Order: sequence, then structure tokens, then C-alpha cells
Amino acid sequence: MSVNESLDAARDKLLQRAAPDRTEFEDLVIVPLFAFAVALILGAVTMLATGVDLATIGRSYVALLVGSVGSVNALSETLVAAIPLVLAGLGLALGFRAGLFNIGAEGQILMGGLAAVIFGFTFSALPFVILMPLSLLAGALTGAFYAGIAGWLRAATGAHEVISTIMLNLISYRLLDYMLSLPWVQREGRADPVSRSVPDAAELPRLLEWLDPNLRLHAGVFVMLLAVAFVYWLLFRTKLGFEFRASGASPDAARYAGMHASLIIVIAMATAGALAGLAGANQVLGVLGRATPGFSAGIGFDAIAVALLGRSHPIGVLFAGLLFGALQAGGRQMQVDAGVGIDLIGIIQALVIVFIAAPLLVRAIFPWGFRNRQKGTHQ
Amino acid sequence: MDVELKAITKRFGAVVANKDVTLQVRAGEVLGLLGENGAGKSTLMNVLCGLYRPDEGQIVINGTPVQFTNPGDAIAAGIGMVHQHFMLVPVFTVAENVVLGVEPVGRLNHLDLKTASAKVREISARYGLTVDPDALIETLPVGVQQRVEIIKVLFRSADVLILDEPTAVLTPQEVEDFFGIVRSLRDAGKAIIFITHKLNEILEIADRISVLRAGRIVGESDPATATKADLAEVMVGRPVHFEVDRSGAAPGDAMLVIKDLTVLRDDNTIAVDNVSLTVRGGEVLGIAGVQGNGQSALIQAITGLMPAARGTIRFLGQDITHASVRARHKLGLAHIPEDRQRMGLIPDFTVAENMVLDSYYDPRYARGPQVQWDAVNQWAATAAAAFDVRTTSVFAKAGHLSGGNQQKLIVARELSRDTKAVIAAQPTRGLDVGSIEYIHSRLMAARAEGDAVLIMSSELDEILALSDRIVVMFKGRIVAEFDANVEKPEKSQIGLAMAGVAA
Repeated sequence: MSVNESLDAARDKLLQRAAPDRTEFEDLVIVPLFAFAVALILGAVTMLATGVDLATIGRSYVALLVGSVGSVNALSETLVAAIPLVLAGLGLALGFRAGLFNIGAEGQILMGGLAAVIFGFTFSALPFVILMPLSLLAGALTGAFYAGIAGWLRAATGAHEVISTIMLNLISYRLLDYMLSLPWVQREGRADPVSRSVPDAAELPRLLEWLDPNLRLHAGVFVMLLAVAFVYWLLFRTKLGFEFRASGASPDAARYAGMHASLIIVIAMATAGALAGLAGANQVLGVLGRATPGFSAGIGFDAIAVALLGRSHPIGVLFAGLLFGALQAGGRQMQVDAGVGIDLIGIIQALVIVFIAAPLLVRAIFPWGFRNRQKGTHQ
Repeated sequence: MDVELKAITKRFGAVVANKDVTLQVRAGEVLGLLGENGAGKSTLMNVLCGLYRPDEGQIVINGTPVQFTNPGDAIAAGIGMVHQHFMLVPVFTVAENVVLGVEPVGRLNHLDLKTASAKVREISARYGLTVDPDALIETLPVGVQQRVEIIKVLFRSADVLILDEPTAVLTPQEVEDFFGIVRSLRDAGKAIIFITHKLNEILEIADRISVLRAGRIVGESDPATATKADLAEVMVGRPVHFEVDRSGAAPGDAMLVIKDLTVLRDDNTIAVDNVSLTVRGGEVLGIAGVQGNGQSALIQAITGLMPAARGTIRFLGQDITHASVRARHKLGLAHIPEDRQRMGLIPDFTVAENMVLDSYYDPRYARGPQVQWDAVNQWAATAAAAFDVRTTSVFAKAGHLSGGNQQKLIVARELSRDTKAVIAAQPTRGLDVGSIEYIHSRLMAARAEGDAVLIMSSELDEILALSDRIVVMFKGRIVAEFDANVEKPEKSQIGLAMAGVAA
């Protein structure tokens, strides 16, 4: 065999993909499943400890299931709740990949949503095919700008994004309150801070009204799926995504490789903000129809959990967002059917995150399902 | 105290890290344990110091078999290990670090630091360690920190000292001092196991040598009669060439011209002080110097990672003093960085991703905004095969490769481009003999192709073996220059210049 042939053979061997790592599969699939199971069990224990009887606990979990996936309406509600969580979660996941811990999704949602509403009622004369996409775009751009401030502060002055995004959140709450009381934003004839309504031509159309006019599922679900595909493409198929991931994994190596660190920080923050702004626009254009104080309702913080649960991977974020959406929709049913407060859902969500963050604990509780591994590492 | 390891076997799942290993070390001798990275040296020592339990075999101390269930047992039995990576609290004093975990206390649990200091001073005096018990760890040079680790072990009354790759972090001068300490410990009756893959060190310090390869003892030898070549062959399993062929020096035009360069550190102190250098095509310029004398800053300024405060850098006739990293890269400047784990590659990324870490944007791999991963993977596999990067697949994470293969990956990435100059900082630090031989041959191949090659290394042997010309840096300045093609300089001459003694 000539030297060239043996090199070719070696090359072909190197191009073979190893079978998916068992450990990776355990981390991505089995750990979250078990974490969810433990969270449900501990949720039940919490209810028991607060004097709820077993029958009610049983009924509440049945209601959770029925309310999240038990009917067309339940599925519709699950999706409606999942859309903004997934969108904002994608933005945060992208930031995490680039090494940026963005706490500011909440503020970016508020600013993006407000911008979408204002754009909508200001240009209400435009036809649907132009106005609706442009309103979404206005939300995304405003979110991008708002997050970009934190990115720029980090790149130019080194101000840590955790601090600056928290501060920007606080500013956004008050800025929203203030703007909602401005005469050109506030709905006419109202004394309380409520914005003008989004015109029909700017609304994300409801998809299932032909089935039942109460079904709230709107076209934002397509925006969500497109965003998942886009973020996947961006992160794993583009030069920019490679730069994001390299900067996040090793800033020194990224600098050595000639990547422009400060520019990447600003672009990554702005892209994350655009996705959060889009989440806000989806809420106002698809569900709420107007902006009110605090309309983001903590979505920006739940989205942090969604991004972590989804392991900062777009597909993972999609599933994590759907799970959290289901918990929200089912939680409302739980409250109605069993009289158990929706706060319990918050507890279950928090427990899921705790156990996801502690995979070793999950492995210890459920030794089966995991391949046994020898203790210690070699060399 | 005599210690014997009898037929030790240690497995991790299907991997056999140690197979049937028998070793003994007696009081008052230095046993050299030689082996390449991954040969099983550390596993064996972790068995001896109680971190791992052997699957087969036993440990015998002074004729009595013992069993260690945890490191505490081994320490109680008088076995102490000085790890390669120090375990010290930087903001504590020497004495505080030494007593950590076994603090002498007075009444009401009052921490008795005076006794601690006195004890440290006493140990330090007895073995010639010269360490100030009240100094803060973070203010001490690496060599002194290592002595603190040794004091820690002695404070716990160890009679057997395991030194794991102790010289990896030391400068040549510190190594000499360190050997003096090892000898005084031996003369005081301690048994010492000295783990290394450096041949000249083991020949200098060991009384007996055992060689480990692929988990087995493959040879024992007497340092009085053994040669480097013999040991290397036993260690690697094939003959190794130490002599680098530097024949046919044909220096061409000046390619990299540095003039009056001054570089400042972050705190505005001077790292490089008014340095002028010229590297011609087809020649190797070696920069020698004790670490921390400005060599790293000089290299980072040439490659664009640190700004030049004053002076100019010209490459192929162009002024690149203020050019971006990428612009320099595109001109044909290859950079093998000093810290491969932190800068040279991303351990979490795949081999293929690391292969294009600084060329992913090139039209060969990218179209529009997209990276063509198929093209990248193909090329990565070709380069990995051509540069002998041993990995199961290009989709494996770079962090899973051994140090030598990680470095070969970086060399493959940097040298397989169309380069005009190669800047290599510590290109073989911590690598085994086989990888060193290979990387040296690649650097010489770049020289033969007419590249300007600049090598910075704290291994004087490496500088001497590769360089056509040698400059020595001390406190940011070039204090001596030697032309190896005119007359091969003496090691001692360079050593003196490295210590700042004017020639």
C-alpha cells in the first residue's frame, strides 16, 4: 500500500461518526424525564404537608394532565403559553452559548411588546400583510436595541451583563408605566395605564377559530417554529454561530483565532434581545391585544429556566418551553378542578430546574436507567 | 522506611491502567519512575497514596502488607505526594497552608500560628528549603510554592515522598535548586519516588530507574550506565532520534523585522523593553530566557494579541504593528500558542471545529454566512491523518485527546496552511518524547520550506537543538545573541545570560 493510500484509509476512518454517546443521551433525555418525575412527587409531598388529602392530590394531577394535553382547547392553551417562553428562551440560550448571562429578557419583552403595540396602532391604516409583520419586526428591533445597550456596555466598559440587564429590567418596568400614561399611547377615556388596542390588521390571526371561537392558538406558533429553525441554523451552521460558540466556550481561544470579541458580544446580545422582543410582540399581537403594566408576567424569568432546561440547544428549548407551557395551562385547570393554587406549578417548575441542575442527584435517586460507571477516572 | 508494590493491577472498566506492576523503594534512595503521558504513572501513584484501591496485588511497608481505604491512611502510614498541580490557598501564608487540616491549637481552640511558623522554619532549615513561613503564597514564585508543598508533606511526617512531574513548572535554575533539595531529603533517609518523562533529569537525580509503558514495567536500569537513547527506546518502544537535522542552513531574506519594540503589561509595567530582532526565511531564531522575562509578551505583540506601545513590526515588508490578529494570520503568520488548553484550542469543540478555529471563514470552508461542515470535516480528517493526530474521529472532542495529540492538532492547523512565518511558543512543553520528536521535525520542515521560524522555549535543550541563532531575554531586553551556525554556544554561556549576568 502506498503512503497516499494508507493516508486515505486513515482519513476515511476519522470521518466515521461514533455512535451517539450513551452518557450524552442520559444527560439529554433520561435526566430531564426523571427530574420531572421527582418534581411531581415532591410537589405531591408539598401538598400533603400543607394538609391536602390524597384524593385531591390525585385529582389535581389528573387536572394537570387534562388541562395541558387532554383536549383541543388544552393543547391550544399549552401552545399559547409555550410560544413566548420558547422565543425568549431561544434568545437566552443563544446568549449562554456565547458566554453571556442575560437576565434581561423580561425587560426586552416589555420593550418589544410595547413597540409592537405602538407601531400597530400608529400605522393602523396599513394592510394586514404589511402591518402584522412590521409590528413583529418593530418588537424584535426594539428588543435588540434594548439588549444591545447591555451588550455595548459590556464590550466598551466591561460592565457585567448580569448587573446591567437587571438594571435595564427595572428601568423597563417604569418606562412602560410612564409611556402607558402618555396621551398618545394611553387608551382614550381611560384613567388607568392601558395602551390603545392593537388594530385587527396587526394581530396574529387565530388559527382554530373555525373549530371553536374560544381557541386562542394564534399564528405566533409559526413564528416560534421558524425561530427554532433559525437559531439552530445560526448557531451550528454559520460563521457567526461558530464565533458565538467559540467566544462562549473560550474567550482566549476566540481572541487567538482572530475573532472580534466586543463585536460578537454586541451582536449576540442584540440577537438575544430580538428574540425576547419577538416574544413580547407575540404576546401583545396574539393574546393580549394591548399593553398593560407588567404584561410580561415573568415570562422573561421563566425563559431562563426554559433555556437551562433545554441545555441551551434550540431543540431542547422547544421541548422545555412546551413542558413549561403545559404546566401553565394544566395549572389553571388544576386550580379550577381541585382548588390547588397555581403557585404549586411554580414549585414544580422550580423543582424540575433544581434536579436538572443536579444530574448526580437524579442518578443517585434512580440508579436504574443509567449505565453503571466505574468510579474514578483513568489517568 | 521501605515500600513495596507487589503485582499491582488496576482497571477502569475495560481499560487496564496498571498490569502486574511490582516496584520497590528503600529509605535513602531516589527511584525514578519514567514513562510517557498515559503510561499509567499517575494511576500507580494514586494507588500508593490511597486515592485508588488496586484490583489485584498489595502494598507492603517494612515487610507488612497494608491496605489503604483513603488518602488519610496513606498519610498516616508516612506516604506523602506532591502533586503536579499545587493545592495551596493563595491568600494564606506559608505556615497557614502547611498546617491546613492539621492545625496546632492551644487553649479554647486558639489557632497556634507561632508553633506552626516555628515548625515550618525548622523543617525548612533542616532540608535547606529556605522558605519564609510568614510570606503569602500568592507573592511567591512557582519554585518556592513547590517547596511549600514539600514542607506540607514533611510536616505530616512523611517518610516516602512521591514527586509527580515536579519539574514541569520550574525554570532551569529552579530545577537545579530543586535537585539539591531532593538530594538533601534522600540523605536524610527519605525514600523518594520521582515521576517524570524527562530523560536527562531522571539520569541526573535517580539512583534506580523503572520504566512504565502501557501500564506495565518494561524495564529497569541503572542511571550510571544507561544512556538517554536506551531509556527513550524502552519508554517509547522504538528508537528515538534526538538529534534534529539542521544541515543545509540557507537563510534567505529578512521576513520578520522588529524594531525598537516596547510592550506594556496591563498594569503599565514594561514587559518588552526596546527589542529589535530580525528573522530571515529558512532560519530558526530561538528565544531563550527564564519565564516571565518578556518572551510571552514579545510573542503576543508579534501575533497581535498585545498592543505595541512603541516601535514597529514589519512582516514581508508590510507594517503590521497595528494590524489585527486576523490580518496577520492572512499574511501567513502561523502561531502555536504557549497555552494550548486555554488559547490554542477549545476542549469542548470537536477536532474538526478546532482544525478550522482560525480559518473557518476561508472560502474553502465557508459560503456566504454558512460554514460548509462537510468540507471542514474532510479537510480535518486529511490534516489529522497527515500530522499523526491520534483520535478516534474528527467528531471527538479535542479535550479528550492526550496533550501530545492536542499539540499535534494545533501544529497541524497552523502548519498546513500556506505559511510564511511560524511563531512557536513552548511548542513541546509537557509532551512525551515521541510527540516532541514529531513536532520538531515539522518545525524543521517549515524551515526547509523557507519559512521564518521563531521559537520561544524555557527548555534550553530544545532551543539549542533547533535554533540557527539564539537570543536571550532578561527583564524585557535582549541581553545576548549567539550564532549557532558559526559556533555552537555552551549551555553555561546561555544559562548565565538567562540569569542576567552579562557575558
